[in-house]
Amino acid sequence: MDGKVRVQATINGQPVEFLCEPRQSLLECLRDILGLTGTKEGCSDGNCGACSVLLNGRLVNSCLVLGVEIDGGEVTTVEGLAGPDGLHPLQQAFIDHAALQCGYCTPGMLLAAKALLDRDPDPSEERIRQWLAGNLCRCTGYDRIVRAVQDAARRMRRDADVHAEG
Amino acid sequence: MSTPRDERKPVTDEPVSLRVIGTRPPLYGAVDKVLGRAVFGADVSLPELLHGKVLRSPHAHARILSVDTRRAEGYPGVHAVVTARDLPEGAGEQFERDNTLAGDKVLYVGHPIAAIAAESPHIAEEALALIDVQYEVLPPVLDVRRAMQADAPLLHETLRTWSLAGQAASPSNVAEHLQHVKGDPEQGFAEADVIVERSFTTTMVHQGYIEPHASTALWHPDGSLTVWTCTQGAFPVREHLSSLLDLPMARIRVVPTEIGGGFGGKASSYVDVVAALLARKAGRPVKVVMGRDEVLKATGPTPGTFIRVRMGARRDGRIVAAEAELCYEAGAYPGSSVGSGADTIFACYDIPNARVDGYDVVVNKPKTSSYRAPGATPAVFAVEQVVDELAERLGIDPLDFRLLNCAREGTRRVSGQPYPRVGFAEVLQAAKAHPHYSAPLGGPNRGRGIAFGYWGNWAGQSCCTISVNADGTVSLLTGSVDVSGALTGIAMQAAEELGLELRQVQARVADTASIGYTDVSAGSRTTFGTGLAAIEAARDVIAQMRARAARLWGVPVETVSYDRVVFTTSVDPTKRLSFRELAAQLSATGGPVMGRGNVDGDVLRRGGAPGLHIADVELDPETGKVTVLRYTAVQDVGRAVHPGNVEGQIKGGVAQGIGWALYEGCFYGEDGQLLNPTLLDNKLPTAMDIPVVEPVIVEVPDPVHPYGVRGAGETPIVPVAGAIANALYRITGRRMERLPMTPAYVLERMGVI
Amino acid sequence: MVVVWIPSLMRDLTGGRARVSAPGRTVAEVLDALEAAYPGVRERLCPGGRLHPSLAVVVDGRRAPLGLLEPVGEESEVQFVPAVSGG
Repeated sequence: MDGKVRVQATINGQPVEFLCEPRQSLLECLRDILGLTGTKEGCSDGNCGACSVLLNGRLVNSCLVLGVEIDGGEVTTVEGLAGPDGLHPLQQAFIDHAALQCGYCTPGMLLAAKALLDRDPDPSEERIRQWLAGNLCRCTGYDRIVRAVQDAARRMRRDADVHAEG
Repeated sequence: MSTPRDERKPVTDEPVSLRVIGTRPPLYGAVDKVLGRAVFGADVSLPELLHGKVLRSPHAHARILSVDTRRAEGYPGVHAVVTARDLPEGAGEQFERDNTLAGDKVLYVGHPIAAIAAESPHIAEEALALIDVQYEVLPPVLDVRRAMQADAPLLHETLRTWSLAGQAASPSNVAEHLQHVKGDPEQGFAEADVIVERSFTTTMVHQGYIEPHASTALWHPDGSLTVWTCTQGAFPVREHLSSLLDLPMARIRVVPTEIGGGFGGKASSYVDVVAALLARKAGRPVKVVMGRDEVLKATGPTPGTFIRVRMGARRDGRIVAAEAELCYEAGAYPGSSVGSGADTIFACYDIPNARVDGYDVVVNKPKTSSYRAPGATPAVFAVEQVVDELAERLGIDPLDFRLLNCAREGTRRVSGQPYPRVGFAEVLQAAKAHPHYSAPLGGPNRGRGIAFGYWGNWAGQSCCTISVNADGTVSLLTGSVDVSGALTGIAMQAAEELGLELRQVQARVADTASIGYTDVSAGSRTTFGTGLAAIEAARDVIAQMRARAARLWGVPVETVSYDRVVFTTSVDPTKRLSFRELAAQLSATGGPVMGRGNVDGDVLRRGGAPGLHIADVELDPETGKVTVLRYTAVQDVGRAVHPGNVEGQIKGGVAQGIGWALYEGCFYGEDGQLLNPTLLDNKLPTAMDIPVVEPVIVEVPDPVHPYGVRGAGETPIVPVAGAIANALYRITGRRMERLPMTPAYVLERMGVI
Repeated sequence: MVVVWIPSLMRDLTGGRARVSAPGRTVAEVLDALEAAYPGVRERLCPGGRLHPSLAVVVDGRRAPLGLLEPVGEESEVQFVPAVSGG
């Protein structure tokens, strides 16, 4: 097995099994072993957020997590956001508000925003900006991203209310 | 939801009746990007792929005595090792070769020396440590003015200063001296009632694109090459590969992937040739992805500068003389942006007497490259503070002072070139009328500053084809890489010209084998220049379809017209065909219709985009931290094809400008090491650092473009540092003579530390 | 006669004149005429025979895509400016 470790995890709701070297980051495993290239590499030292994913519900920089650490865990990447009914409200809101230009920071930004809305369904602008401060964007100047997150939050609250009533 | 304050209709005094242009459709590629499906440089994967890594110089200046790759070659998992010896003999220019893989000298920390292709990037990295290089370390020169001195260490023994005064005799680090003189500066200064002179230094800054460079090379059995790369221009990459590999251009196909930011920094090629060399030697495809530290150390940041400005004005408020000296770091090889810096420093003003001297100076840092309006930001940081000071000394409102002296149509620049119609005055007037200019500051330690900047349009060469499909939709191909939403803007112009809805136009970016030569997407040229190509291709389509209608109806083609709704003929008013109806009959009437547009936009008398920015800042007097509270950016864009795009460019450019103004920079130690090669220490603005930037679009249509479009994407970064500096002056009473205006520097200027 | 704006660093060759007139149907012909009147002008602009890559030719306010081969009108104006691009 030349030093490789077997990892079993759930990624975007699907059971996955793969072999990796202990030194390979989760980012590398996602991209190079599992072919999930939606998660991006920007710096590999946890300073840009482009590689953000959810690990067991927590927002992490996947460049700072080892592949072997996710054994038995659950990971959500950008590929897992859209559902059978279409785009996730955050994804739709990003498009509606032109909250992306080059789109390179977008996957990480979406996951970070999701992690926030999972905890706080009605965050203030200040909270959104603070939460997203770990995700660098060089193209947009951020305010459309903030507006998109606020709009998605509104839609999700409304959908949740509808669901509750139904 | 009400229209946000920053998405109002543009200010324009010309009536418009356009259907597609001026709307805000979603951008091409946006859905793929939010799904994570868009393919960026490092996302390319091929069977049997190997991974490449580059060995880089640890020294800022050294002679290479020997390079021994034998141990690396024998390392398990290594498939190929290349050095400069693997480049074909005599191929390409010497500087090009040396910056791809070093020859006998290394000139900056990070300078590539060798590269390895291996089964995994980890193995490649491990094997790099097994390459033995012997150096004779030389003293580096890192400061632009030190490098200009006669006794400074020389980077290139053969470099002589070139200028229009002739070639200098002895070697120097000054590669070029340029000068513009207009009128009689001495006489002008003699007439001035007030003269202000200041000197400024600015630090080298990286473009900070979030996606590192990545290139994947695959050789085919017939000896041809395909390279996938994230670049602002596939054709220049092809030329570069052709030159350095000594391979005919038609045998090379460069496929541009999606690009995660460039801003000029991806207009140069860094790892494409290396990937190709490794792939050829290994006999397998090779992907080379740069790490962030490599990007910060060894790509092409924008020059650090020393700039001296002297300006004189009369009591009546007219500027009568101006003088500037600009010394720009070229990095290891000649070719900084000092030419455009010299061109833009006084560009906003009508000054009768002026002299500008520019110096392109090599230093032991990476070869500098373009960064959004190259050369302009430091120049405007300097001149706008001097202009501000003149206005203050004369007791004239800063905006009024600029209105009194701004350039207009026909004003001659320092180079002698006259301006076509450009909205300098219109932008100033719109700024003056904007509520921000007269709003209360609302607190202590707050100040408001303005700055006026300009960036010209490069138009360049572009190709575009439009194929008509039987169902009335069209397929548009362009050689322009899609940055800044330009692809959508280009498609919108084609749709407008064809009389179609945007959803009937499907646009794609072509590779170099599929379309004609197209210059980089840069220089604020793409929506403008490739738009021209798309319009020409659309007109070609219409001309061909008019001929078809003529054939169908049996009438002379001169009698057929198209009003962007229907084709009709003056011979018989009952004959009408929509675009879709005629498209359905193309096969039966002579075959497919394909229109082409191949243009060189520089044949037109093009102008540029001026911008006036208003910045409110707050200073913490204890820490020196500057917070930008409110920001308004007024800019002439000619005609906003997609106002949302233009606003996005303005917001993004201002955000970069804020980072440049307050904290960004490449800081070097005395030995030439980059002290901050990570995004932790090379701080880029976060969501907490940028306020809502309000863009105000002014439309003074560019007379040479059918829809009045101006290139607008670069100007937004230009006035930012100057506006913030002028705001800080109002709080501290001190002029800011250095970039970045870090907390430590601000406190130092205030005399606190 | 075509008016040529003489870059300041070359005015030592033209006796200090900032603008000179010369005949010609293309920029190259005008340059030949200039060279005849003010020897050395051509070598400064075109060291080694070709227009220096740092320079661009502007004719009547437009950057000339044909460079020295660009046709000029009888009352045209020619400038030599830095070749600049963008990012």
